[in-house]
Amino acid sequence: MPFGNTHNNFKLNFKVEEEYPDLTKHNNHMAKVLTKEMYAKLRDKQTPTGFTVDDVIQTGVDNPGHPFIMTVGCVAGDEESYEVFKDLFDPIISDRHGGYKPTDKHKTDLNFENLKGGDDLDPNYVLSSRVRTGRSIKGYALPPHNSRGERRAVEKLSVEALNSLDGEFKGKYYPLKAMTDAEQEQLIADHFLFDKPVSPLLLAAGMARDWPDARGIWHNENKTFLVWVNEEDHLRVISMQKGGNMKEVFKRFCVGLNKIEEVFKKHNHGFMWNEHLGYVLTCPSNLGTGLRGGVHVKLPKLSTHAKFEEILTRLRLQKRGTGGVDTASVGGVFDISNADRIGSSEVDQVQCVVDGVKLMVEMEKKLEKGEAIDSMIPAQK
Amino acid sequence: MASSFSRILSSKRNVGILSLVGAGSLTVGLLLNREQHVSAGAPVRRVYPASAEYPDLRKHNNCMASHLTPAVYAKLCDKATPNGYTLDQAIQTGVDNPGHPFIKTVGMVAGDEESYEVFADIFDPVIVERHNGYDPRTMKHPTDLDASKIRSGQFDEKYVLSSRVRTGRSIRGLSLPPACTRAERREVERVVVNALGGLQGDLSGKYYSLTDMSEKDQQQLIDDHFLFDKPVSPLLTCAGMARDWPDARGIWHNNEKTFLVWINEEDHTRVISMEKGGNMKRVFERFCRGLQEVERLIQEKGWEFMWNENLGYILTCPSNLGTGLRAGVHINLPRLSKDARFAKILDNLRLQKRGTGGVDTAAVGSTFDISNLDRLGQSEVHLVQTLIDGVNFLIECEKRLEKGQDIKIPAPISMRFVCCVF
Repeated sequence: MPFGNTHNNFKLNFKVEEEYPDLTKHNNHMAKVLTKEMYAKLRDKQTPTGFTVDDVIQTGVDNPGHPFIMTVGCVAGDEESYEVFKDLFDPIISDRHGGYKPTDKHKTDLNFENLKGGDDLDPNYVLSSRVRTGRSIKGYALPPHNSRGERRAVEKLSVEALNSLDGEFKGKYYPLKAMTDAEQEQLIADHFLFDKPVSPLLLAAGMARDWPDARGIWHNENKTFLVWVNEEDHLRVISMQKGGNMKEVFKRFCVGLNKIEEVFKKHNHGFMWNEHLGYVLTCPSNLGTGLRGGVHVKLPKLSTHAKFEEILTRLRLQKRGTGGVDTASVGGVFDISNADRIGSSEVDQVQCVVDGVKLMVEMEKKLEKGEAIDSMIPAQK
Repeated sequence: MASSFSRILSSKRNVGILSLVGAGSLTVGLLLNREQHVSAGAPVRRVYPASAEYPDLRKHNNCMASHLTPAVYAKLCDKATPNGYTLDQAIQTGVDNPGHPFIKTVGMVAGDEESYEVFADIFDPVIVERHNGYDPRTMKHPTDLDASKIRSGQFDEKYVLSSRVRTGRSIRGLSLPPACTRAERREVERVVVNALGGLQGDLSGKYYSLTDMSEKDQQQLIDDHFLFDKPVSPLLTCAGMARDWPDARGIWHNNEKTFLVWINEEDHTRVISMEKGGNMKRVFERFCRGLQEVERLIQEKGWEFMWNENLGYILTCPSNLGTGLRAGVHINLPRLSKDARFAKILDNLRLQKRGTGGVDTAAVGSTFDISNLDRLGQSEVHLVQTLIDGVNFLIECEKRLEKGQDIKIPAPISMRFVCCVF
C-alpha cells in the first residue's frame, strides 16, 4: 500500500501533463518505455487489489538510475499487475530479457535428473555452490502493496508449509521480531540473516513497510536449505553448500521446492505462475525461473584476461563480487551465475552454470601453466 | 491557459465563510468545485478485519503508538479523507520508526487538511500529549503577527551570533507532502513562486528550482547554507515525503539573503527570516511582513493558507501546528553550558537547545542553537517574546558567571491556553 493508490480516482481530476513524471534525467527501463501517451492510457486503471500505474513506477521515478547500470524502475503489486499494465511491462520485459516477446512461452523444468554432470567441479577452485529463486503465493498482494494482515497471512501459511517438511528438510522458523540475541548472532555467522532493506530501489517501492512484522528466516538443521519470508518477495528459497557439487545443490533445491508447493496447493494457495511469464515475482527482472544459480570460484588469472567479459557473455553468465549484487570481488574470487531468467528452464540455466564454470576452471588451470586459452573460447550460446 | 486548478473566485470566497461553520463543511465546499471522480471518504480496500491489520506497537515509543489502541484503529481504519488519504498512511511513519527510549517522536502525519478532522480520534490525543495539554476540541489558538508588540529584541552580539525565525504554511485545497500528487505539488510551486515574484523592496528576490539548478547556483546556495537536500531521515521518507524528488522542489530567497522560502520539502512552504547578529526584533518584523505580503499575494489569485481557530496553521506534522514557529539564536555560552543547572534553566524558560546543525545535531564548542519549545496554544508574538526574554536571561547568567557571581534557576513560566465553549 504505497502512497499513490488510495486516491487514484482523485488524481484523475488533474490533466495528464500535470501528473506525468519528469523522466528527462532518468536512465532505467521504465523511463525508456513510459511515454506520456502510455501514462495517459494506463492512469485510470487499477488491479483488483487497487494497484495503480503510479504505484508501479514510483521506484523508477524516485531512482533515476546510473549511466552504466540499467535498473528496471518498476515493480508489480500483485499477480494481475503484469496483465493490467501489460502495455508498460511487456516492452520492459523484452528489453530486460533479451527480446522476450509477449507471445513467447516460458519453459519450467524442476526435474533435477535432467541436469548433466555438475558433481565434479574442482573444489580447489569452486569454494561453494548455491541456487536461489523466489516464489509468490497466489491470492495475496506482493511486498510493495500488501497490508499487514496479508503479510501475516503469507507468513502463517509459509511457516505451516515449511514445518511440515521432514528428513533432510526438517528445520525451524526464526521470526525477525522475536529473535533472541543468540539466534541472531548464529544466523549472522551462518550468513543467513537478512536485514531491513536499505537500497532506495526497494524502499521507494514500499517493501520495507512495517518492518520487521511478519518477516523471518527458516532453515533446515543441516543449514543447506533456507527460506526468507517476506523480504523482497513472498518467499526466497535458497539451497547451498560448500564445495562444487552443484548437482546435489540443485537436487535439494528442486525436491524442496516441490514439497513446499504441494502444501501450498492443498490450501488452495499455490505459487503464482503462468505459461508466458513463468513464476511471477515482484521485480520483472526475476520473472521466468527467478533462478540465480552460482558458485564462488577462484579465477585470479582468468578474471584479468582481456577476454574475460566476452567469455562470460558467450557462456550466458554474469559475475558479481562475493558480497552479492553490486559488490566487488575479493582475492580473485568471483560469484559466477546465470544471466538469464526467462525463456529457458531451471535445468537449462543451471546447466549453463555447470558447463561454463567447468570450462572456466580449465581455462584458469591453463593460464596457471602459462598456456594460451584462445582455442578454448566458446561460441555464443 | 486553463489548468485544472483555475478556481472560480466565488467558490474561494465561500471557503472563507464555510470555514467558520467547521471543517466538515469546508470539505463540502472544496468538493463543490471538483468534478465528482471520487465521493468523500471512498471506502478503503479491506480483506482482513481490523484485528488482523492492527500494527504491532509493543516495542514502539512515539505519540501515535501511545494512543492508537485497537479500538481506535478499528474505528478509523475504514475511513478516508475526501482525497483518499487513510489511517494506515497517516501512521506508516510511526509504525516503521519505533522510536528511541529518550526521544519521543510524533509518529504520524497528515496527508491533507481533512486528515486532522477525519482521524481526530487519534490526532487529538496525540496533539494533547505533544503540545503539553492543549486540547483542540476545547481550546482556541491565538494567531498574532504584529511585530510592533515585541520588546527588547536586540541581543548582546558578544554572545548572539545569529538570529532566525521559521515557520511553515500550507496552501488550502492542495494535499500535503505525504499524499500530494505530482500535479498538486507542481501547483503548490506555481502558486507560491508566483506570489513570491510579487514581493518588492528588501523582500524582492529569485527562485531556484531544484530540478534545473546550475552548478554555480548550487554551490552558492550551499555556501550560504540555504540549500536543502532530499530528506534522508526515515521519519520523513517513510511518510512518503521524498517521492518524485526533486520534482517541484525549490528555494526562493531575497537578494539580501535575509528572507528564504523552501518549497515542497517537509511542508508546502517553510518560511525563514534570518540575519547575522542579535537583532531578533528586525528578523521577526521582516518575518511577519513577508508572511503577510505572501498571504495577500496568494489571496489575490483566490488561494489561502490552511488555518482554523483550534489548530492554527495546519502543517504536515502535528508537532508544527499552531504557529509552526521556531524562533532561535546561535549563541555562545561557554560557562553556562557547562553549568549543571543549564538544562533546568532552559526547561523553565520553555526553551530547547540544539546543535548548530539543527535538530538532532550536537553543539560545536560552546555554541548552541536556542529556540522556543512551544508551537501551539501561544501566539507568534508571545513565543518570540518568550524566546527574547529567555535568551536575555541566559546572557545575564553567562555574564554573572564571568564575574564569578552565582546564578539562579528562574521560576517555570506558566502556560495558559484559551478555552472556548461551543
